[in-house]
Amino acid sequence: MENNNYAIETNDLSIHYGSFTAVKGVNMKVERQKITAIIGPSGCGKSTLLRAFNRMNDFVPSCHVTGELLLDNQNLYSKDIDPVEVRRKIGMVFQKPNPFPKSIYENIAWGARINGFKGKMDELVEQSLRSAALWDEVKDKLQQSAYALSGGQQQRLCIARTIAIQPEIILMDEPASALDPISTLRIEELMQELKKNYTIIIVTHNMQQAARASDYTAMMMIDDQRAGGVIEFDATKTIFTRPGDKRTEDYVTGRFG
Amino acid sequence: MKEETLNIKPMETRGFRQFNLKKKLRISESLIQGLLFFAGILSIFVTVAIVYELGKEALLFFNDPDVTLGKFFGTTKWQPGIGQYGIWALVSATLTTSSIAILIALPLGLASAVYLSEYATQKMRSILKPILEILAGIPTVVYGYFALLFVTPILKTIFKDGIQVYNMLSAGLVMGIMILPLIASMSEDALSAVPRALREGAYAMGATKLETSLQVVVPAALSGIGAAVIVGISRAVGETMIVAVAAGAGPNFSFNLLDAAETMTGHIARISGGDLSYNSIDYTSLFAIALMLFLVTLVLNLISQWVVNKFREQYE
Repeated sequence: MENNNYAIETNDLSIHYGSFTAVKGVNMKVERQKITAIIGPSGCGKSTLLRAFNRMNDFVPSCHVTGELLLDNQNLYSKDIDPVEVRRKIGMVFQKPNPFPKSIYENIAWGARINGFKGKMDELVEQSLRSAALWDEVKDKLQQSAYALSGGQQQRLCIARTIAIQPEIILMDEPASALDPISTLRIEELMQELKKNYTIIIVTHNMQQAARASDYTAMMMIDDQRAGGVIEFDATKTIFTRPGDKRTEDYVTGRFG
Repeated sequence: MKEETLNIKPMETRGFRQFNLKKKLRISESLIQGLLFFAGILSIFVTVAIVYELGKEALLFFNDPDVTLGKFFGTTKWQPGIGQYGIWALVSATLTTSSIAILIALPLGLASAVYLSEYATQKMRSILKPILEILAGIPTVVYGYFALLFVTPILKTIFKDGIQVYNMLSAGLVMGIMILPLIASMSEDALSAVPRALREGAYAMGATKLETSLQVVVPAALSGIGAAVIVGISRAVGETMIVAVAAGAGPNFSFNLLDAAETMTGHIARISGGDLSYNSIDYTSLFAIALMLFLVTLVLNLISQWVVNKFREQYE
């Protein structure tokens, strides 16, 4: 099926640390230009799954992945795939803002430069900052350190630098959990803008955030072997109003978690 | 949902001392505070005392009617016994050997630090780091004879008659090897202290390991690496045994690596080892050299600090 509607698909994807299986048998089809939320109680493997999407788990020595992760019908875990290239295609925004200890300008230019960008850098920086709704706040201090910005601004800078390298998918690992409510709102508004061009997968602890901001929701839960898995994956509306699984219902209605 | 009745008994309260809001004197607290203050002040006091003693004796030297600052800084022959006071004869050798040492130790030390912190597996690191630290524990006199009896003969086969038996190159090279573990170890600590989140941020941008290490981690650790270099320079400038054994005995104004020349420290060690009368110009001149040594170290430290402040990238 060429040119399908799915940005990325998993096929029985499992993630193991040594002999321990942390995430088991995930089958998900993530639709293009939509926001897909991954929710579930602490320790159920949400972040582990998210980090499997851009092969960030490669850096954990004992971690290995079985099953398939398909991007354009290519398994990203097959032997001949270059993980560096994967991460260029699938960007990531982390829980805690982690701008580079460089100027605001350099934070954006650096990623573009190492990825071989040959165009007009000033334009790219401005465009990326505008897309991340940060330009007006920083246009007069591009040469200042990124650490002079507030937490919310830093997080938008991290989104801007990710956009600058033109990924197809942006992974967000609880991007607003370290931010105040106003900054959180701005990030959520920004996500709605970004989904016009990008596919977003977001891990969140915040049920309201998932309900407000996402189009699809995957509910994760650990089984009796402590392996996490997706127990339900559906349109967000369905998950929050007519969940098919009792455990999902208990979780989204706040009965536990 | 099942209701559970919790049955919590009141906690045992006997056994605690009686609650009393009154301010009390805690002797162990005041004692430890005094002790810590004393420890802190002691090192400052020692430094001040050394500078005072150096200054006092050096003043005697400079008060000699024969000695002028013009001669001291303006000429290049050092032989206080016969009225030659050109400090550059000794400074040149110190600068030359120290420069060789830093040129060897900085790139190699930084490379091994990057390897240890970014590339080596946990197991590799646990083997290599102790070995590196053993290298730092070898007495410098051993390094000195290593330079004279092992490195110099090798240099001899390369440069033939162009190189003297005692030469600055051999001493400088071995001094570089001596301070390498220091720079490597301190730089490795600085690199390891860079938060993992920064590396992950770089990797998530499609950066390779090399790009991440050299363009994100090293700049972020630069103030720690700078401190390592400063300590390294100070060690090299102050190093005595290696240069005393291998670089030559006799002041010689020369920047030629293949020449024999005596450094400030080597000269002090040699002269003070002989018979010296307290009022002789030879005796007081040693303090002038020591003061100069102090000054050179200070200036080099200030320069490296300035370089670090200019290029470092601060995280949080």
